Amino acid sequence: MSKIVIIDYGAGNVRSVQFALERLGYDAICSNDAEVIKSADKVIFPGVGEAKSAMKEIRRQGLEKVIPKLEQPVLGICLGMQLMCQFSKENNTECLNIFPIDVLKFDKQLKVPQIGWNTINNFKGDLFKGIEENYYVYYVHSYYVPKNEFAVALTDYGIQYAGAIQKDNFYACQFHPEKSSSIGEQILKNFIEL
Amino acid sequence: MLTKRIIPCLDIKNGRTVKGINFVGLRDAGDPVELAERYSKDGADELVFLDITATKERRKTLVEMVEKVARKINIPFTVGGGISSVEDVNVLLRAGADKVSINSSAVKNPKLINDLANKFGSQCVVLAVDAKLINNEWKVFLVGGRVETELNLFDWVKEGIERGVGEILFTSMNNDGTKNGFANNALKRLSEEVNVPIIASGGAGTIQHFIDTFKEGKSDAALAASVFHFKEIEIVDLKNKLKDQGIKVRL
Repeated sequence: MSKIVIIDYGAGNVRSVQFALERLGYDAICSNDAEVIKSADKVIFPGVGEAKSAMKEIRRQGLEKVIPKLEQPVLGICLGMQLMCQFSKENNTECLNIFPIDVLKFDKQLKVPQIGWNTINNFKGDLFKGIEENYYVYYVHSYYVPKNEFAVALTDYGIQYAGAIQKDNFYACQFHPEKSSSIGEQILKNFIEL
Repeated sequence: MLTKRIIPCLDIKNGRTVKGINFVGLRDAGDPVELAERYSKDGADELVFLDITATKERRKTLVEMVEKVARKINIPFTVGGGISSVEDVNVLLRAGADKVSINSSAVKNPKLINDLANKFGSQCVVLAVDAKLINNEWKVFLVGGRVETELNLFDWVKEGIERGVGEILFTSMNNDGTKNGFANNALKRLSEEVNVPIIASGGAGTIQHFIDTFKEGKSDAALAASVFHFKEIEIVDLKNKLKDQGIKVRL
């Protein structure tokens, strides 16, 4: 059985992800220890919170040097996805620069944060294997990753933006698979079985 | 496209679900974990748990319940009731809650909103407001509707958003428990004057009331308790009827 580590840097919704994996029959460890993270078969990088304070915590724990160098499959979730980008407009935060993209804020014309269930489509790659296009996943966010060459799923909220991105072993989704009913569980399962 | 949300609300007292009429007269409505699981399977989009216990043991019992719920259900949920510090929120989020709602403590100490939004992000801070229409003005009430304040609903909501809340849960005390429909005039005004999502609460009695609050009240989500707890409305029927009316829902 593969060893799954959820990066616990103090600002993530680690338990929700851990419970979702438990429901799927997988055990996961929550840790901020570089060696434990490096030794995992799969790494999950969750996030709930604000970019600047999250990056501050990550730097304080020395994880900014660890995460971008991981070679096993890594899945960023929500804020985790945004922190994997180069820069976030949220309090002008320098992030991990795994994806050379800037994270932007939704237009003021829209209700922000976007909270609720929205459709995903234009799937590419293994993360969405066996999932029907235009089904609903749960989003809660004010900042977004614009459509870009690494997008593997798209969503519309005022504009079309990246619902998920992938580059080499780094995967990330803006929605919360751990809170997206059975479709979210399938996405987590697809990641674990990569 | 983003859908409208249907949110069953579970009022929790000493670890059980209860439901009152006009904020008093509590009836037992079952085990919250079982109810949460049922709602999640029935197609609820989110859940809200409001803890109305007033004992010292409250926090511990609530955190245990949050963890049990988080283990069982695969949809998001908000926890509220008696939250007055960053540490309270930290404990609830780490137990598996997705969002927290704050009410009286935010009125007494508005800076709490800034602190929570800075630490956890606006997206997980819901401002719950109980208000009553008195002499043509919506007045904010505290402590589960028992204490009147001088605050005006619209002013307070705008201040809350400036300080960093990401969502508004507005309960009309005039409508709550009546089953005569939501306070759609006030909801519409809120939705037009602010740009965060608005959850309508108080007054759900029929499927038509939900249609009205989405169409007339411009609400982003609708919350109800007893109509769901006592199976007067089944969520799947409700969502099908909403869909028939051209309202976007997740089915």
